[in-house]
This record gives sequence, structure tokens and C-alpha cells, in this order.
Amino acid sequence: MQDIVISILFEGLAYAMILFIVSVGLSITMGLMGFVNLAHGAFAMGGGYLVLTAMNSWGVPFFPALLLTFLVVGAVSVVFERLFYARLYKATELEQVLLTIGLAYMAIATYTYFYGPRPQSIHVPEYLTGQLAVASRTFPTYRVFVIAVGAALIAVLWYGFERTNIGARIRAAVDNRRMAQSIGINVDRLFTLTFAVGSGLAALGGGLAIELFGLTPSFAVIYLVFFLLVVAVGGLGSLKGTLVAAILLGVADTGGKYLYAGAGGFIIYAVAMLILLIRPAGLYGRE
Amino acid sequence: MAASDAIAAAAPAPAARAQATAFLATRHRLRPWEALPWLLAIAAFFIFPDRMLFGSQVLVMVLFALSLDLILGFAGIVSLGHAAFFGLGAYTAALITLRLNWQEPISGLFAAAAVAAVAGAASGWLLLRYRGLTLLVLTLATTIMLQEVGNLMRDFTGGYDGLPGLTYTPLLGLFDYDLFGHTYYLYALAVLFVLFLVVRTIVHSPFGQTLAGIRENVARMHAVGSPVHLRLVTVYTISAAIAGVAGALFTQTNTYVTLGVFDFDNSAGVMVMLILGGAGRLYGAFVGAVIYMVLQDNLSKASPQYWQFAVGLMLVLTVLFARRGLLGLLQDAGRLLTSGRKP
Amino acid sequence: MTEATSAALEIKNLNKSFGAIPVARDIALALPRGARHALIGPNGAGKTTLVNLITGVLQPSAGQILLDGDDITSLPQAARTRRGIARTFQINQLFRGLTVLENVYLAVAERMRVAHRVWRPAGAERDVIDQALAQLEALRLADDALKIVRELPYGRQRLVEIAIALAQNPRVLLLDEPAAGVPSSESHLILDVIGALDPSIAILIIEHDMDVVFRFASRITVLVAGAVLTEGSPQQIRADARVRAVYLGEEFPHG
Repeated sequence: MQDIVISILFEGLAYAMILFIVSVGLSITMGLMGFVNLAHGAFAMGGGYLVLTAMNSWGVPFFPALLLTFLVVGAVSVVFERLFYARLYKATELEQVLLTIGLAYMAIATYTYFYGPRPQSIHVPEYLTGQLAVASRTFPTYRVFVIAVGAALIAVLWYGFERTNIGARIRAAVDNRRMAQSIGINVDRLFTLTFAVGSGLAALGGGLAIELFGLTPSFAVIYLVFFLLVVAVGGLGSLKGTLVAAILLGVADTGGKYLYAGAGGFIIYAVAMLILLIRPAGLYGRE
Repeated sequence: MAASDAIAAAAPAPAARAQATAFLATRHRLRPWEALPWLLAIAAFFIFPDRMLFGSQVLVMVLFALSLDLILGFAGIVSLGHAAFFGLGAYTAALITLRLNWQEPISGLFAAAAVAAVAGAASGWLLLRYRGLTLLVLTLATTIMLQEVGNLMRDFTGGYDGLPGLTYTPLLGLFDYDLFGHTYYLYALAVLFVLFLVVRTIVHSPFGQTLAGIRENVARMHAVGSPVHLRLVTVYTISAAIAGVAGALFTQTNTYVTLGVFDFDNSAGVMVMLILGGAGRLYGAFVGAVIYMVLQDNLSKASPQYWQFAVGLMLVLTVLFARRGLLGLLQDAGRLLTSGRKP
Repeated sequence: MTEATSAALEIKNLNKSFGAIPVARDIALALPRGARHALIGPNGAGKTTLVNLITGVLQPSAGQILLDGDDITSLPQAARTRRGIARTFQINQLFRGLTVLENVYLAVAERMRVAHRVWRPAGAERDVIDQALAQLEALRLADDALKIVRELPYGRQRLVEIAIALAQNPRVLLLDEPAAGVPSSESHLILDVIGALDPSIAILIIEHDMDVVFRFASRITVLVAGAVLTEGSPQQIRADARVRAVYLGEEFPHG
């Protein structure tokens, strides 16, 4: 019994890390600009495919490939932001939803055309495979790796958010955009930066997830739901909220699948809905 | 009417008063061009007699899009899960036929409407207190959960393999179903006509006016004493019922249903249809659904990727350049052409 | 059973805090029938917050709000409106995409309890249309009846805002800076309208323009930092040194 609980917590945590890494950018940008970006999953998917191509076709090793995808997708996202998103900051929520779904669909179709619909995989370095012995039991090494990467990123992000000038400005703008602008904070430029980092992180998360979940273009929409759940449950614009929600939902989903084989997929939605009905702005959301 | 108003009015601007009264008093009247979509639909019956199976599906989607227009176009409720009601209606129709041997189709529509309405009232009462991302996520999650439940109970619902082989008694006891869908088409057209009149009446009523108010400024509606939540739940319930009928029609004209009716693609697709045609215009549903279905029929035969790309492209282009849909574009073009004259 | 002398609107010990920040502190106010009462105070004093508390946009942390002797403190906004409280917003809250007539029609339809009707066309409600038009005529808006609100100049939009409030036939009317943002060439119309309002309506007006306040109000409440500093007749307030001190930081506003 205790064994199962540990397994659930461990695997749930690994899943939570992926959810966190991908969703944190979405939460901050939505908290900052109120812009509903349903193409965020497409950045994660595209990032995954870049890692895949880099490793399988260009012979780039795993870690450089992850770095590459973070930088490239981050940069490319700025192009999208300037070209499409910037026009719709003042638009209605519906228009933002439709535009970004449209972009996501176009992305999925394009990637399916070039990569095909079947799941693909990569070969992570030897030392990341297999099992790791910790205390009295073993854990899959890759999942330990993912949790470690997640923890490192959390530390970096937390530091950036809480301790740097830019982080302070972002927090101020999330809290009250108009006031921040009136004291001279260039919210538009902040947003572009946050958007780039967030999209880059999504790509990184997508790359990290390949070993765990495989990769197909439709992931852009299938997993989007989970990212939205994490962001909504955590509260827009909150680093802590995204983390707590990711852990909560990640563990709940894993637990559900372990304990109720057929019905398990249900649990994550039930938990999320319950939380949202009680706290519609999310656990750490405002107003 | 206008004359007696002018006499009865107390001097200041009797003409303005008469004009204003006339505007509101006659706005709901049927205009001649409104016969056009129906004439075209009947014409299609004679021009494309071998495409009537497809034609029935188009009409089903028009009805579905119409139901979405009520909440999205008129009340301003943004939901990503409208397929929930379509699916509930579809499965109600299938299950009563399969499990209860209920083979009369028209009463099946009523059953589907009732089930969907109950679901709409319950979920609306719960969810419509929220807006924005919260509502989006809640509506999305509700539909997915329904799909998961359907899969859980797959012994009962047939799961993703679905429930094939449904049979129905002849329509009104008179019209049997042929392989070419002639009866299906006229059946769907009749149902669409009746429900369209219902929707049109609602939209032009004082209630419909309050929906516009809620859409335009919900804070103001509270401040004029409007029971906003009640109004929203009411329209949501009606919309759910109509979507349920569309789902039931879908099942009956296909004699088959699968859990795919709950797919996000269905919720997204009907939204694309509506936006493409123009939301809040009643006829946008017609224009959008026809174009979408025809494009889908042609493009997805060539390649599913072409179709998906096209849908995405349509969405992006519509949002960027034609926010009020094709009918909106038409209206703008019409204004441009008549810009010499005062309206 | 309400006494004949009960105030149209009475506020007792009203308190509201956002977390640790108090925005309304022990506010007491009484509006008799036909009151012409002004609420003044520096920016951020909580005047609009008070109106939001009275109308139900905000729920108080403590205290009571009585309408004709009935406790309405726990009622939601729409319920209070239906009992006879109307307000205008400091920044227009109109149905910008609809015509002027439709804007007022909605208010009248809700008041007459016909807004829920689904089977009749909106145009068949002749009483509603007539009353809405009468309201527009009273505010000289009849010629704009079919214009879309967002296409009107701001001053006329402000009149529509007032028309909507009046169309509710309120017993208590709360006007939040009714002439704010209106060019002085048009504000006289608004002030005339306010001056000509039904004497039986109890009116609370938030204003910064002291000329308007002294011309219009028979009683003035001064609100500072969420609390009532003082209340009295215009003469008393004008002579009160504390009031002058409060406004010293800002120049004492003139018309």
C-alpha cells in the first residue's frame, strides 16, 4: 500500500513538473495581459518536434537540443506575438480564443503533414534511462531527472520573480496594469519578454515530455486542456499558484489512473471543477 | 398607427416619436428576403437529389449552430463545450431507440430536448456565475467529463465504437426512409424551420432584448434590476434543448452515434461555423454551416490535414479581417454600395 | 410597519473593508423623501464606494441599509433596484451598441416586469415604448432615439445614463458626478434636468463642482477617508473650518 502511495506521489510529481514548466508561461502572460492564448500547447508541441528533429536528424545531443528548443521557440514566438497577438490585446475574449485555436489548428495540420500522425520518440542519454536506487526502492531515472529539472527551474524562476528588478515589474504589472504603466513600466515590452520566456519554457517542457508521453501533433490540443486547468486552478499570474495546481492535478490524475484504471481520467477534471466552483479565480488568483 | 401616435403625442418631435415607435414595432416582421434560405434549401432538394444524406447533415449543423448563436451571438456567453448538449441529445435518441425500443422519431426529439434542457439548466445554474477563463475551462471540462462517463459506461453506451444499427418507424406513420436520405432531409428541414421560428421569436422578444443588454453591459443590467443569472440560465437551457434536438437528428439521420459527438472538435467546429457566417444574426448559422460543411466534404477527402489547416486559416482570417463574419462583410459591402443614400 | 416619518433611505453604521483596508467607516446618513442631499469630499474619500454599498455592488462588512424602513442590506443589486433605487455611474455604463431607445426600453421593461416575455415581439409592448419615448422627450433625447449610443457625443451619452436611471421611476436616486466629463456648453442641460426632478424623489448627488452643490443641495455630507467628517446645511458646511482644511491640499473647487 505504502509502495503504491509513493509511486503515485513520485510519478504525479514528475507529471506535475512537466505541467508546471509548460503552464507557467501561460499563467504569467494571461495574468499580465489577460490574453487567452490557446495556441500555447502548439508551442509545446512544436518545441518537442524541434528536439526530435535536432536529435534524430541533426545528431544534436539531448541537453543542447533542449536549450536549442527553448531559445528558438522563444524567439519564434515573438514573431507570432508581434504579428497576430498584439492586434488583439484590446479584442474580446472570444476573438482571442478563436484566433489562437485557429493558429493551433494550423500548426497541428502543418506538423502532421511533415511528421505524420503517429507517435514518435527520441533516445535520451544512457545515464538517464533505467532505474535509480533511492532508500529502499528504485525509481525510474528519467522521472527523477524531470523532477530535478523542474526543481531547478522553479528555483530560477522564483529568484527571477521575487528578487530581480524585472520580476518586480512583472509582479506589479500583473497586480495592476494601469498603475504600473502610470509609473513608467513598459508593460508591452514586459509582456513580449514574458511571452518569449513562457513559450520557450513550453517548448522545453514539450521536449522533456517526449520520453514520458511520446509526441504527436494532436498533443497541442489534447494537452491544452490540462494546461488550461492548471492555469485556471492555480490562478492567473501566479508562480506559486501554477506550481500548487500542477502538483495537485498531476498527483490527482496519476492517482486516479493507478487506483481506478478505467475511470481514472475523470478525476483530474472533477478535482479541477470542484476547486474552480469554490474559488473561481483559482487558488492564488485575485478578485 | 404612426398617424395616431403623432396626434396623441404632446407636440415635441412627434415625427421622431412616430419613427422610433415604428422602428421597434416593425423590426420583428418577416422580411421578403428571409424566404431565401428556405427556398434555396428546397431547391437543393431538387437540384442535388443524390446528396441528400449530406444535405441532412448540413441541416443538422445549421440547427446546432443556431443553438450556439442564442448563447454566443445574443447573450455573449463564451462556451467551449456546447457539444455536451448535442451529445446528450444524440445519445438520448440512440439509447431510447436501442434500449426501450422507442422507434418513433419525432417524440425521440422531444425526449432528447428534455434531457439536454435539464443538463443545460443544471450546468447553467452552476457555471454561469462565472465568466472568462473560468467559464471556458468549466464548460470544456464538463463536456470532457461527459465523454469520459460515456466511455466508462461503455457497456451501456457502446463507448467509442458507438451504437450502430438504429431503426425508426416511418415519419408521421407515412414517410419511410430511403437510402438516399430524401425523407431525412425534409424531416431535418421541417424541424429546423420550426425551431428557427422559435429562436427568431425569442430573439425579437423583450427577453431577447435583455440578452442584448447582458451582452453589451452586464453591470448596467444589474443596475436596472434585471435578474441576470436567471435570464442567462433560461437562454442556456433553451439553447441546450435545441442543441439536443440537433444531436437527436444527427443520430436519427445517421442511424448511428459514437462518443465522438462530444469531441472538442465538435464544439470548436460549430463555433467556427457561427463565427464564419456571423454571430448574432440568426442567418449566420445558415451561411457558416453550409460553407463549413461543403468545404469539409471536399477538403477532408483530399486530406484531413488540408481540412484542419483550412479551418484554422478560416478562423484566423475571420478574426483578423471579418470579425462579424461573412454576413457582416455583406452588410458592410451593402452599406458601401448605398452610401450615397441615407438609410 | 413603517412609520410615516421614516426616511426614504437610511444608512446606519455602514462599514466596509478590503482586507485590512477600511474604505467605509461607520457611515450614517438619512435621506428623507424629496431630499436634495450632496456628498462631497476629496478624491479617494470613498464616495463612489458608498454608492456601490447602497446599491448592492458591494456588500458591507457591517451596518444596515434601510429603504423606507425595510432592511435591504442583504439583498442583491437587482433586488434593491426593483425596490426603487436607481443610480448613475461616474463613467457611463450604457449599452453602447444599442440605440438610445433600446437603452431606455430595457430599463422600462424591467421596471414594468415585462422583460421576461419570450413570445411577444419587443415592439408589441407599446406601453414600454411609449414610456421610454416619454423619458427621452423629457431629456430632449427624442431626436436621437434611433442613434447608436456609441456614436453620440459624450454629453448626450451622459443624458442617456440619466434617462435610464429616471426610467426606473425610482424613489431614491443616486447620481455619481452627473456632469463629469461633459463640456460646459452641454452641462447646463444636465443640471436643468436634475433641478427639475420630481420633488418626491430622494436624491443623493456626488459632486465636485461646488457651485452645483450649493445651488442644488439642501443638505451636504462631507466624506473624508471613508468616514463622515460632518454633515449640515450649505451655510454650515461653507463656514466649517475643517472642511476648508480638508480641501486646502486641493484648491477649494469652484465651478
